[in-house]
Amino acid sequence: MTDATFPVSSAPAAKSSLLVVDARTRKRNAAEARFRAYGLGAILISVALLVILMFTIFRDGTGAFRQTYLEIPVTLDAAQLDKVGNRDPEDLKKVLTTSYGKILENSLQQAITSNGINVEGLSGPDVANLISKEASAQLRNRVLANPDLVGQTVDARVLTNGRVDGYYKGRVTMETAARDSNTSPAQLQLADALKEKGLIATEWNWSFLTMPDASDQRPEAAGVGIAILGSLYMMLVVLVLAVPIGVAASIYLEEFAPKNRLTDIIEVNISNLAAVPSIVFGILGLAAFINVAGLPQSAPIVGGLVLTLMTLPTIIIATRAALKAVPPSIRDAALGVGASKMQSVFHHVLPLAMPGILTGTIIGLAQALGETAPLLLIGMVAFVRNFPGAPPEGLMDPASALPVQVYNWTQRADPAFFERASGAIIVLLVFLLCMNLFAIFLRRKFERRW
Amino acid sequence: MKSAKLAVSALAIIAASATVAAARDQVQVSGSSTVLPYSTIVAEAFGENSDFPTPVVESGGSSAGLKKFCEGVGENTIDIANSSRPIKSSEVEACKANGVADIMEVRIGYDGIVFANDIAGADFQYTASDWFNALAAQVVVDGKVVANPYTKWNEIRAELPDQEILAFVPGTKHGTREVFEEKVIHAGCEESGAAEIFNKELGEEKGGEACGALRTDGKSVDIDGDYTETLARIQSAKNGIGVFGLSFYENNTDKLKVGTFAGVAPSTETIAKGEYAVSRPLFFYVKKAHIGEIAGLKEFVEFFVSDEMAGPEGPLAAYGLVSDPALADVQKAVADETVMAAN
Repeated sequence: MTDATFPVSSAPAAKSSLLVVDARTRKRNAAEARFRAYGLGAILISVALLVILMFTIFRDGTGAFRQTYLEIPVTLDAAQLDKVGNRDPEDLKKVLTTSYGKILENSLQQAITSNGINVEGLSGPDVANLISKEASAQLRNRVLANPDLVGQTVDARVLTNGRVDGYYKGRVTMETAARDSNTSPAQLQLADALKEKGLIATEWNWSFLTMPDASDQRPEAAGVGIAILGSLYMMLVVLVLAVPIGVAASIYLEEFAPKNRLTDIIEVNISNLAAVPSIVFGILGLAAFINVAGLPQSAPIVGGLVLTLMTLPTIIIATRAALKAVPPSIRDAALGVGASKMQSVFHHVLPLAMPGILTGTIIGLAQALGETAPLLLIGMVAFVRNFPGAPPEGLMDPASALPVQVYNWTQRADPAFFERASGAIIVLLVFLLCMNLFAIFLRRKFERRW
Repeated sequence: MKSAKLAVSALAIIAASATVAAARDQVQVSGSSTVLPYSTIVAEAFGENSDFPTPVVESGGSSAGLKKFCEGVGENTIDIANSSRPIKSSEVEACKANGVADIMEVRIGYDGIVFANDIAGADFQYTASDWFNALAAQVVVDGKVVANPYTKWNEIRAELPDQEILAFVPGTKHGTREVFEEKVIHAGCEESGAAEIFNKELGEEKGGEACGALRTDGKSVDIDGDYTETLARIQSAKNGIGVFGLSFYENNTDKLKVGTFAGVAPSTETIAKGEYAVSRPLFFYVKKAHIGEIAGLKEFVEFFVSDEMAGPEGPLAAYGLVSDPALADVQKAVADETVMAAN
């Protein structure tokens, strides 16, 4: 009886069942499974490459954030530092860093004897070279700032040389030290003995983030301070110039410009510019801003201007896409209640497009932050030791930039700079990550969907 | 809109600040990557020991530096060009055309070029003819000019190790390449007597060219990057031999084993005495017109060539520079601001 209620007349001509998979469906299912596997494989490969990259950078770079220091009492011998004896800063300035180096050497020698350390085969240069050459400059500055220190014994916390530092980070071993002309096993044994007495310690290294670059002889003192500042200044210039120009251009092109051949040409050119190699903007910057406009070399303002040119197309394209994504009904409604064209754009369309514009801007900035090639030609790939001043004047002072610092350090002969370069990459990655997170945050918070 | 006004006013500030031509208060240096480490060491010490700011030092190569140097006179041009080779007369002409008439040439010392392989590798005692026979495109076998047939070092000379020939030489954009070709390959061509046979077989002009042409079958690899790249290549190809600057080797003695050349091991001493043949002078060039205009320029140049810096006991020698035996003459020339003779 129940059978009669089921319609049986609609049975298809070809026999097929939903329960039994036929050959064609099997084939389609297999194709889908294969495609999924390809996709998964592609993701796995890229994740694996990323993990390898990150792993090597962090393995090599984390050492830059730790540094080995030596803490000893230093006797500032008046006979050596102030021969005139009047503590006059002008006379003290005539004493060069080499004299301070000798004072540090003698103080270390004393610390060795007073602590009863006895290392076999220890030579004079081994002791002298244990202390970084940066230390004598720091000591000299300290004395010049406070001439009364002359004749006293002060506690000094000084950097050890790059090889001793490398020893505590595992880069240098007793075997390599035996072959290394810049250190010796005896020096490392001395360092171990000093460490036992608590005079040498490897600590967290803030100065990597605050100190300027250092010359090839003192990798232990090199930091990314000026590079961070230079990058920030350039980003400031890019932000102040590229955003207003880029947004204004896109609003005009998207909302006001007549659709004709000319605007088409402009549009094609903007998309084209976005793909131009960045070095081209460097050549342009050298010709236009330095040779014609007479702006100084190595200055963040020129770097910022060049990067502005480079990011403008990116920002314009992103802004136009954001403006296009605002539904026409919003514009129509605004115009319908009597708003002018400009009112409809600035009161309704632009606020709604803002999250997209901001995201595009930040991505453009992040791209500019990682750019080295255009800076090569305008003199920013340079060794800079003096911090630039506060903006706006500081924008004219020489500075370097984070990617430039990475590039410079990978070329140096001393292997300790390799660690510094990886450290600078980590700093750069953290900056990029923060910017991208900020972009995601803005999008999540303000984005509206229709 | 508030933010728009803010942006416009900030833009105005930047534009205004850009028009104020700020007087440059630091020396600007550019040029050779070989001279770069010495230049930064001196710049750093100069900044620490004087009231002047630390000079800004760029790298980019001798030719690029001299090109920038010759762009003109004025605050937005560089003051000093580092160079690992003497300035060419064409460059002097270019300088003159742009108004850079008085150029001071300052020789800071000598740099050795060394041949090194992996620390675990074999010991090498090279001669110029070994290098010529290993790397030249054409060599002389049994009095006949043939394409280079050698694949192993011991085929050239039995005393050399039984090892595949593989050399990493600086690319043509490097100043080091010129010295390598002139003092090693050309010298080897003469020394082995191949030059004579080349000239006879191929004619004067082609014979001279054959003396300097390197083989292109992959046994001689041009490195256009820095010495760090050469070192990385040797670490991945253990039987490779690299051409390095002495100072680079001195900083990496734990990874590299250096070979002797004509029986002499390279060191600052043997180069200073002239026993080790493969060396070249290093220079920098100063715009005389900038002295007095750029604060600290003359002081920096004098500091650079002072005994405390460039002398045999100074930090430059410690880093691998062979100090100039005639340093006193250089110091005097700098003090007198002697310019290069017009040619």
